[in-house]
Amino acid sequence: MSAVEPHGRRPRHLTIGRIGIYAFLITAALFFLLPLWIMIVTSLKPMDEIRLGNIVALPTAPTFEAWTKAWSSACTGLECNGISVGFWNSVRILIPSVVLSIAAGAINGYALSFWRVKGANLMFGILLLGAFIPYQVFLYPLVRIFSMTGVYNSLLCIVLVHVIFGLPTMTLLFRNYYAGLPLELFKAARIDGGGFWTIFLRVILPMSTPMIVVASILQVTGIWNDFIFGLTFAGRENLPMTVQLNNIVHSTQGERAYNVDMAATMLAALVPLVVYFVSGRWFVRGIAAGAVKG
Amino acid sequence: MTTVSIRAPGISPPATTKARRRIRTRLPAAFALLPTALVVLVVYIGCMLWTVRLSFTSSTLLPKLDWVGLAQYSRLFANDRFLTSAENIVIFGALFISGCLILGFLLAVFIDQNVRGEGIFRTLFLYPYAMSFVVTGVAWQWFLNPGLGLQKLVRDMGFESFTFDWLVNQDMAIYTIVIAGLWHGSGLTMAILLAGLRGVDEDLWKAARVDGIPTWRVYTSIVLPLLRPMVVTATVLLATGVVKLYELVVAMTLGGPGIATEVPAKFVMDHLFERNNIALGTAAATIMLIAVVSVLAPWVYARYVRPQGRHA
Repeated sequence: MSAVEPHGRRPRHLTIGRIGIYAFLITAALFFLLPLWIMIVTSLKPMDEIRLGNIVALPTAPTFEAWTKAWSSACTGLECNGISVGFWNSVRILIPSVVLSIAAGAINGYALSFWRVKGANLMFGILLLGAFIPYQVFLYPLVRIFSMTGVYNSLLCIVLVHVIFGLPTMTLLFRNYYAGLPLELFKAARIDGGGFWTIFLRVILPMSTPMIVVASILQVTGIWNDFIFGLTFAGRENLPMTVQLNNIVHSTQGERAYNVDMAATMLAALVPLVVYFVSGRWFVRGIAAGAVKG
Repeated sequence: MTTVSIRAPGISPPATTKARRRIRTRLPAAFALLPTALVVLVVYIGCMLWTVRLSFTSSTLLPKLDWVGLAQYSRLFANDRFLTSAENIVIFGALFISGCLILGFLLAVFIDQNVRGEGIFRTLFLYPYAMSFVVTGVAWQWFLNPGLGLQKLVRDMGFESFTFDWLVNQDMAIYTIVIAGLWHGSGLTMAILLAGLRGVDEDLWKAARVDGIPTWRVYTSIVLPLLRPMVVTATVLLATGVVKLYELVVAMTLGGPGIATEVPAKFVMDHLFERNNIALGTAAATIMLIAVVSVLAPWVYARYVRPQGRHA
């Protein structure tokens, strides 16, 4: 992908056509920005101003009161410790899940593209098909299996679930990346007497940095944004931030504190937004790599 | 396609000792794949079959292994909530996929016109995709609520009779979910199609310019057909999103007003974990499975399974 030149005609003057193009793009940009703008300004207003004022207007006297409340004292059901609990739960779920799923993907991808194991392609095919099957098809039996083995509703359980359902994409990602590496490299390592793990750790893994970055972006946003697995498998003690956000928004008794809701929403969106703005083009590459190639 | 047997070069294969050695060197690879193979067997195949099996039982709170034939399915197709769910997912799927493709294509083409601040536009169009559906749902619910949101905004501007109450209107609520979905997903389509546009051969543009073909004609008649693989990719990504539609509904409407925005995924979750009707829940899950497999199996087969082994 070296050609990154736009294809439209070179602009000569500011013609009506050019104005139209910008008008369309700016209108679209406003549509995409609007919800974020509303969330931010609402979170900075006191409730009186929200009730009487204009939803898109800037706050007259910005206050971070709602943010502190959302972080440390908003009620998620019966407990009122704010969304910070969910934030730390999400962190504790995120780190092992991301590390393990990437490790699993890299090892699988390596074994699939350099070693010939009987039935491996069949396994990979089923795995890929599995990626398209709605989670609802697996959830109940999985809950039964986990409760029989005694890990249900624990951190281990939710991490395992993330690793299991991350397998198709992670394996595909690394398999395709390794398939692009020169086979001679691998052959040379074989002749030098390298075994399965030696070649992986000394030759292949050091070359995998780009894919590890892409996979990390994909998994960090994916796992942070997960709702359904956290709800089903994490247990009351480990509910991730998305589930707690939903609880805050839907369980407030009496009048809804929209400013607190919006502050909590912004807090929940912060990690993926930072990942997105820091990673830039890598983010697109990540999404595309999981699907475009193959 | 090259095969990847790990023969040392120059050695012709089938001396039996060599073959045995080859098997021994491959053993670690087989071991490395074993956990995944187990997951495939137990989770992807086992759990799936288990769910299908449960849909033929009369399980309620706890799973039973009796056999009631298709009784759950006939109950399912007489269930208003399920029929509404099925209808909603068709409406959402059609509007969401076609909407994302059209909007994404337009955005990509307009960005491709040598505009200033291209990077900024691209970033702004795609950022919603980084956010969770819960965040998306909460944000749009707040913006579209008639009391304090968009409706009040327009009325305060002087249009007293302006009404936009789709969020709380039985007939229109599903379309608010579509709007939120479009906001979340069309940037992704834009990114994929834009990458495709940038891959179109420059000579093609020159030739079209020489022939005096208007730009829009080139885009619709020449470029769009060239983008077919990207359109397919985007469609598949969007379609998997459609099947998973759950959190957005939970965060935005909780399936309401009434049952107006129920979707199949939510029907299954509710029946499995709240309404204690495992058999009906798994029957609905099986219907989801059949729908997805019948659409996607041929595609996955042609794309991944048939061309075996290495291909870049």
